[in-house]
Amino acid sequence: MVTISELRPGRKAPAPPARVRIKPSRGYRVFQVVNAVILIGVVVATLYPFVNILAQSFSSESAIRQGSVNLIPHGFNLTTYKTVMKDSTFWTNYRNTVEYTVVATFISMVLTTCYAYVLSKHHLKGRSVLIGIAVFTMFFNGGLIPNYVLVSQLGLRNTLWAIVLPNAINVFNLLVMKAFFESLPGELEEAAAVDGLTTYGILWRIVLPLSKAVIATMILFYAVSFWNSWFSAFLYMDRSDLFPVTVYLRNLIAGATGAGGMNEGTSSDTSLQVAASIQAVTVVLTVIPILSIYPFIQKYFVSGVMLGAVKG
Amino acid sequence: MSTPRTLDPPSGARAAPRSRPGRTRRHPHPRNRLTWRRAVRRDWRLYSLVIAPLLFFALFRYLPMIGNIIAVRRYEPGGSLFGDEWVGLHYFQMFWSDPTFWQVFTNTLILGGLTLLFTFPVPIILALLLNEVRTTSVKRFVQSVSYLPHFLSIVVVAAIITQMLDSNGVVNQALHAVGHAPILFLQQPGWFRQIYVSSEVWQTAGWGTILYLAALTTIDGQLYEQARIDGANRWQQTWHVTLPGIRPTMVTLLILNIGTFMAVGFEKILLLENPLTYPTADVISTYLYRVGVVSGSFSYAAAIGLFDSLIGLTLVISANYLSRRLVGASLW
Repeated sequence: MVTISELRPGRKAPAPPARVRIKPSRGYRVFQVVNAVILIGVVVATLYPFVNILAQSFSSESAIRQGSVNLIPHGFNLTTYKTVMKDSTFWTNYRNTVEYTVVATFISMVLTTCYAYVLSKHHLKGRSVLIGIAVFTMFFNGGLIPNYVLVSQLGLRNTLWAIVLPNAINVFNLLVMKAFFESLPGELEEAAAVDGLTTYGILWRIVLPLSKAVIATMILFYAVSFWNSWFSAFLYMDRSDLFPVTVYLRNLIAGATGAGGMNEGTSSDTSLQVAASIQAVTVVLTVIPILSIYPFIQKYFVSGVMLGAVKG
Repeated sequence: MSTPRTLDPPSGARAAPRSRPGRTRRHPHPRNRLTWRRAVRRDWRLYSLVIAPLLFFALFRYLPMIGNIIAVRRYEPGGSLFGDEWVGLHYFQMFWSDPTFWQVFTNTLILGGLTLLFTFPVPIILALLLNEVRTTSVKRFVQSVSYLPHFLSIVVVAAIITQMLDSNGVVNQALHAVGHAPILFLQQPGWFRQIYVSSEVWQTAGWGTILYLAALTTIDGQLYEQARIDGANRWQQTWHVTLPGIRPTMVTLLILNIGTFMAVGFEKILLLENPLTYPTADVISTYLYRVGVVSGSFSYAAAIGLFDSLIGLTLVISANYLSRRLVGASLW
């Protein structure tokens, strides 16, 4: 659909000068104002919930209960932060999240890189079958129940592997990496082969060092998705000391809204209110790692998405 | 041993005729056999790299597809992965006559349809608006902010929604300010669709612009110039140059969206729904989660899930077919 060279920002340069020459009409100036208002609205609408949660996390219980916390904390205090941070379950779960993310990202990267590298070799017999095997799973999957039965029967419940293995390869990421490997000049690898490197040597010493950018991108893709994931853990973990922090947060929400359904119809008014400020603090602590690296990772994500779109 | 294999990609083809005469007599399809053997000998290291990933696909993607057999074979927890006893279409007939199934089916269609209706055009509009911003730094700032929700865990999104819609949350504060009694949004079936769709727009609008913005930069500036010479105003330029320019992207994303139509935000709904809102919130995937995982009727849930997946697959294939026929752009 689009080629890599067309995605380069430089391509855009010729267009604006041509437009600048035209004297903006009245209608266009009105449009610019309206456009600015809309976009400011978008920014405000996006950030508002964050600021609100942040304000709640620093507010006192009673202020939240009175409904007086909007964008500025009322009854500023750090008590809730202290309460949450003193909770050993929270820290256990937080550490679990880090552990699951690291292990899962590592395994996913190894599998994805190997497969993507092989798929990028056009001369390989059976390549299209290998691609088909992967791509078909984007459009059809076994579904929740057979997966659940399988993971349970494999005895993976309550282990890290229930989270890591069933999601090890993301086909979209696989196609992004494949597209990148295909864009590498083949001559380098041929020269390396002449010098006596095996396929493994070429991959390890030539291709991977050249692919640092895409590898970083893929690590971020996987790490963010594993950091944010909750459902596998919710499904396959029974013990609270194994939960990731997302499940910890989920249980807070379930306590507050009765979303748990069957067993938690009785959440009293006080527990609901306690959940409100603790929930806010947990949200803040959960998203902090993501938010703090967000400004730096964002552009890699964007480039990764576009690289993926090259192959559509 | 097989050092220069990357040097001569077509060597398989070259080698085949050389060794053919000796082998033809013994094998009915000598060329295929030899090429495969030759390919494996030449590329065995490459093939060795796919073993682990293929095991992954076989075990966690294709085996569960086969595991759907429990939809027609009764599965007992602890029993065989592929069911113990043949029951034919029993479970299909069961859900076919289950009024709850039809309710969640309808909910799925409504929620999926509304989601598509709103989340598909919003990124296009936003991308067009962003494209009109001439100050790069402003544009980049708006983009960065609008991508943010994409990076949040769905649990965090659900937590934010519950906080905002709480009886003391900001929405009810605003209602209070205009003298309205507080509304318990998440307890009322009448509000669920609005909440679901608007939060979905909030999450996806910014991120969805990326591909459109990329497509917009590829439109040839000369086309605009020519359109202006022909007397087109800005609106006409947008209509006749910009939109056709991003049409392939629109079609591709539409197909992908339609393909995931039946899988409407399972996780978010699971987090936000409660028995009070089931009448509008419960969808096929959450229903089969409750029936299967929570209540243990695995075979029944698998039958529903299989039906659901098949609809999804049919939707992608037909959307792809239609778009190829109608606009000449398709995924495959």
